[in-house]
Amino acid sequence: MKTLLLAEHDNKVLKESTARALSCAMALQGEVDLLVVGKACRPVAEQAAQLAGAARVLLTEADCYEHMLAEPVAALIVELAAPYDAILAPSTSSGRNIMPRVAALLDVMQISDATRVLSPDTFERPIYAGNVIETVRATDAKKVITVRTTAFSPTASGGNASIEVAAPVADPAISAFESEEVHVSARPDLTGARIIISGGRALQSQENFTKYIEPIADRLGAAIGASRAAVDAGYVPNDWQVGQTGKIVAPDLYIAAGISGAIQHLAGIKDAKIIVAINKDPDAPIFQVADYGLVADLFTALPELAGQLEPLHA
Amino acid sequence: MKIIVPVKRVADANAHVRLKSDGSGIETNGVQMSINPFDEIAVEEAIRLKEKGVAQEIVTVSIGRPEAAEALRSAFAIGADRGLLVTTDSDVEPLAVAKILKAVVDEEKPELVILGKQATDYDCDQAGQMLAGLLGWPQATFASKVEVKGTDVLVTREVDGGHQTLRLRLPAIITCDLRLNTPRFASLPSIMKAKKKPITQKTLDSYGIDAKPRLEILKFSEPPRRKAGVKVKSVPELLDRLRNEAGVL
Repeated sequence: MKTLLLAEHDNKVLKESTARALSCAMALQGEVDLLVVGKACRPVAEQAAQLAGAARVLLTEADCYEHMLAEPVAALIVELAAPYDAILAPSTSSGRNIMPRVAALLDVMQISDATRVLSPDTFERPIYAGNVIETVRATDAKKVITVRTTAFSPTASGGNASIEVAAPVADPAISAFESEEVHVSARPDLTGARIIISGGRALQSQENFTKYIEPIADRLGAAIGASRAAVDAGYVPNDWQVGQTGKIVAPDLYIAAGISGAIQHLAGIKDAKIIVAINKDPDAPIFQVADYGLVADLFTALPELAGQLEPLHA
Repeated sequence: MKIIVPVKRVADANAHVRLKSDGSGIETNGVQMSINPFDEIAVEEAIRLKEKGVAQEIVTVSIGRPEAAEALRSAFAIGADRGLLVTTDSDVEPLAVAKILKAVVDEEKPELVILGKQATDYDCDQAGQMLAGLLGWPQATFASKVEVKGTDVLVTREVDGGHQTLRLRLPAIITCDLRLNTPRFASLPSIMKAKKKPITQKTLDSYGIDAKPRLEILKFSEPPRRKAGVKVKSVPELLDRLRNEAGVL
């Protein structure tokens, strides 16, 4: 059994989702090689080499890989696929974009969002917005798998894998990067955050997110999320949405403020260790899953909470 | 330009999904079925391109049991022109769907195929990317904005941490995210008109494609349910419990 894992990075920093997906890859009980593909991304390969459990790091650098476009990256992975029994990627927007293309080119049916490895060919994955768990056995000789990273712990560091250069392949040159708009934030990523505070439609405005949610996030070093209703109302950017069609999160502490708890939202937070709900409606469904519920008006409770938290020292 | 929009009939987003009592599958008896919401967004986007004069014809395709025709009618009711129903009694995995759609594309020769990013039943998020791979076409997944410019299409995508805009050379594949548009409501006259729009029916066998499942479903199970915890009376009590009981602060 030999596995290739596509690393997630921004050409500078290796993302934690890679270390989490590596745990899944190691559960396949074989050697795991990491593939770092990008532009001028050797520092990422050096970070990847330190992950405990990586046998080798393959490094492929070229201009066409800078933005991880599916067409050139899939062509490269297909070229490298022959010696591997399984090809994995974290189920990020990048992994979900690239891997099915790889799978089709290899004539393999992909396993999306694996949450558990039962044996090297048998996996659990959530369906119906997480309402049902499906156990599937892959009959293809080669497996292509995306990994629900919140279901796996990151591997430790302390490894010392060798870095080998793999040559780029011809860019199909049918797609091109035009521009990007990245929300720069000093706060942690939602998907890797230890603490998240999310607001719902009850916040009523963008200004109220700033006034009521941000002070608590600042003091806790937390990421900020939102319900679909708050995103649709335009209070916060789209990529703050937590839920089945947004970000799947698994923090130690999830604080839901003014979120009623639609099934769609709950599907995205069910792996949180502790859920706190603050809502003035005592019958809100969020209280049925919350470890601690506070029935209160958030415009009173949130400032009180902020006032009793120590400012975070950098 | 001609646009193909594949659609799938799935359990309605508001329906309560549960397992059959013997765990052999999902209970669909008595469950309200609808067009997959992401597919509806795909149909709406195609119609907007037609209204702008970019597209001339919208062909919608569904694969499944005869009832899948209902999804085609939903697409007709908001403006798709004609339909193709590929019938089969078996469940078809995304890889096989992509192979069938490739055969349809080879026949119809569209410039764009617009799909939902995922179906809300099996949540695979694969068919569009697979079709793009099989055709050797460029792909833009999770679209939040689509703009056809001459021989190219500019697509803004929702990605982790923000947005990314790509330029694809036509013909191309686009998969839709939630906020690409809000599908219009079908009016009663358009629902009536939808009943008269033509559907061509073909059997899956007639395509000569091996659609045998590659994944063997061993089991369906319920996920572990979270239980309601305690109600706290005040903010100080909440903080005390988070610090001293849960140990997360």
